[in-house]
Amino acid sequence: MIELADISKNFGKVQALHKVSLKVHNSSIHGIIGENGAGKSTLMKILTGFISKSGGDFFFHSESIDLHSPKDARKIGIGMLYQEPLDFPQLSVLDNFMVGTADFSPVNQRAALSRLCTNFGFNLNPESKVEELTVGERQQLELMRLIRDGAKILILDEPTSGISEKQQELLFGALRRLRNDGVAILLVSHKLEEIELLCDEVTVLRHGKMAGYQKRPFDREEMLHTMFDTLPVSQPPAVKHIAGDPLLNFHKVTSHVGRSGLNSVSTTIRSGEVVGLAGVDGSGQSVFLRSAFGLLQPESGRISGCREVTTRAFIPADRLTEGLIPGLTIREHHILSKKSGPIITSKSGLEKTRDAIKTYSIRGTSETEVENLSGGNLQRLLLSLIPADIQLILMESPTRGLDVQSAAWTWKHLHARLKAEGAIIFASPDFEEIMEQSTRILVFYNGSITLDTPTKATNYQQLSRAVTGEDNQQQ
Amino acid sequence: MSIILQMRRIVMISVLALSAVSLLLMLLGISPLTIGITLAKGSIFSWLKFNHVLSVWIPLLLCSCGLLFTFRAGLWNIGVEGQVICGAIGATLVLRLDNTGLPPAALLSLALFSSFLAGGLWGASAGLLKTRGGVNEIFGGLGLNFVAQGAVLWLILGPWKRAGMASMSGTDLFPRELWMWVPQGWRVAPAAIVLVIIIFLLTSLILNASQFGLKIKAAGFNPQASRLFGIRPNLICFMAMIIGGGLAGLAGGVQVSCVYHRLIPSISSGYGYLALLVVMLAGYKVAPVPIICLLFACLAAGSIQLPITLQVDSSLSGVIQGALVLSGLLVYGLQQGKRRGH
Repeated sequence: MIELADISKNFGKVQALHKVSLKVHNSSIHGIIGENGAGKSTLMKILTGFISKSGGDFFFHSESIDLHSPKDARKIGIGMLYQEPLDFPQLSVLDNFMVGTADFSPVNQRAALSRLCTNFGFNLNPESKVEELTVGERQQLELMRLIRDGAKILILDEPTSGISEKQQELLFGALRRLRNDGVAILLVSHKLEEIELLCDEVTVLRHGKMAGYQKRPFDREEMLHTMFDTLPVSQPPAVKHIAGDPLLNFHKVTSHVGRSGLNSVSTTIRSGEVVGLAGVDGSGQSVFLRSAFGLLQPESGRISGCREVTTRAFIPADRLTEGLIPGLTIREHHILSKKSGPIITSKSGLEKTRDAIKTYSIRGTSETEVENLSGGNLQRLLLSLIPADIQLILMESPTRGLDVQSAAWTWKHLHARLKAEGAIIFASPDFEEIMEQSTRILVFYNGSITLDTPTKATNYQQLSRAVTGEDNQQQ
Repeated sequence: MSIILQMRRIVMISVLALSAVSLLLMLLGISPLTIGITLAKGSIFSWLKFNHVLSVWIPLLLCSCGLLFTFRAGLWNIGVEGQVICGAIGATLVLRLDNTGLPPAALLSLALFSSFLAGGLWGASAGLLKTRGGVNEIFGGLGLNFVAQGAVLWLILGPWKRAGMASMSGTDLFPRELWMWVPQGWRVAPAAIVLVIIIFLLTSLILNASQFGLKIKAAGFNPQASRLFGIRPNLICFMAMIIGGGLAGLAGGVQVSCVYHRLIPSISSGYGYLALLVVMLAGYKVAPVPIICLLFACLAAGSIQLPITLQVDSSLSGVIQGALVLSGLLVYGLQQGKRRGH
């Protein structure tokens, strides 16, 4: 029904997609699987008309078409179910359902809603406020709206993240039904289990390229193999640190922040450890880091150790919006990060800033405002801001957006800074980074730690199983 | 930013605002030149008139200094009017005290201190509503303005009413010895001028050259990231609201002790709202604020002449002020857009 032929997309020098081709047939569910950064979201944004492709063609019923805007995509019946529901939380279910329709008769729409609900076995009260619904229910509402609008090609982005098992069953039932009714479905997922349960065919993306294609019955090993880079089976960690005294302790910590929150997480981080947090985005790693730093308070459970602000530092993934203060200069950041007198003169912090700029080769002057720095320079500035006596360094995607040299430099620097009494905890979407840099790995899945292992004792296969929920045995 | 760019900005704003106002005046058949001369005559051409300008400049600059703190902290402190009123009430409370045995100078100082406290308290209420109650400071401030306005009316018509009968014209005048000293031929108290200059210098020092000022800026620009530097953005917001309210309260205290010598219902004279315009036109920067305050004070004082000599309503000064601010915002917006466009 819809065919993508050699679709490519460049963002400046970065090639996000390279000649991706796939067909989505009527009455079929086509899975797209791949790790973070494989190009899945870019592909979906192109299909829904939010961004335009750099090369390649679309065919709709063997006819060449162009998708310039979300409106074009809607016109040919492409409907997308986003990971975060795109609805109006303050309005009722019925009001939300009525948005976008030409028929503004509440009576008709109420009837249409209840008919769809019965069809799919959903149980939604038209009068409820959407903000009171669970993510799963909001998804059901969104799905019904797309069907009411006559969507013929449905795209679902990680539909099962953050929804209960019961809702997952309902959703899968609805999707199968829609497939039998002739709808073409594109399912984007990290979870192998989902693909196996639902899909008729699957395309594996890796680094923006097609890495594999399978039809039912699927070969799991092959799928895992194509999803993740094949590297030496067990590469010894490049670093050697000896674990010492307990530094940070999580005791049955539960939080409902984020997509999956934290689910009674208990663990102890010891000095000398470099702990890599692996897992699909939003599985609990970022909540773990923010709770450890003290930005989030757990709903239950206890976090102890390293509770002084002066003993820990946190470098978030989004450096400019969460880590630094746009509008302030490099020097002003250095003044803030160090204890100094109440009065600031033109010389305050100047020497330290100049030292930092030189040592960390930051491309800027002490009076450069931080929003004018590039990604690598921002990361080096953040590193330079970590005071010397910090014990616990918490980092999210330490090398995101950095080129190979900058990344290597960052890690060399971090390991050099790690003292016997300190520890580093970092989350990364990149297995290679985790395998190479950490001494211990924690894998998060749906808010729980599903694997806790010394890096030496694990390998890529085990990790890829754990992040996709294949291997849920706590070691 | 380079001086050339700043100069260009000032020229652009002035040209834009003047042409807009001139166009409007010409459409109405009034010569812009005559208006300009009348405004100048009514404000800076005589010592007495200039005194009137200064009596507007002082409270306006105090309110603007307060707003510089709150704007730096990323807050829209709309409640300045109410804070001015509360400050006036705070000062009146002290000046009405009987048999304190304190010398007048001490009582006046105490009155000014009390006005700072009362305004600060009002600012703190809006701050608490925001940080604890999740009420946006715009709505909190606006609501508190009405409360303060109601309170002043109640005081004037009720507990503090004039001997014999309540009147909208205000409370009884304070005893002569509690009027701030004004030299012969002056209309403003030199002490008030000194006070406002000190406050401005302190504001400038704190905001531009202190650790606390930098923290306010950090919390205002990016509250989330400021927490990583050990800053508590809510606390900083709250403190900025107290300082902003306190300085506005001080303006009310000056109005009571130096200008009116009693509490009147319209004690705030709209300076709270005018100060918002001043700070916006200043691009939220400290240095241009006293000059813009002076310009606005000249417009306000000069416009009193308009109905007398030209039969033009004095609200024209408001039109000019508004045109200036809109031109200012437009020019800032365009320049910023251009910078981002690179």
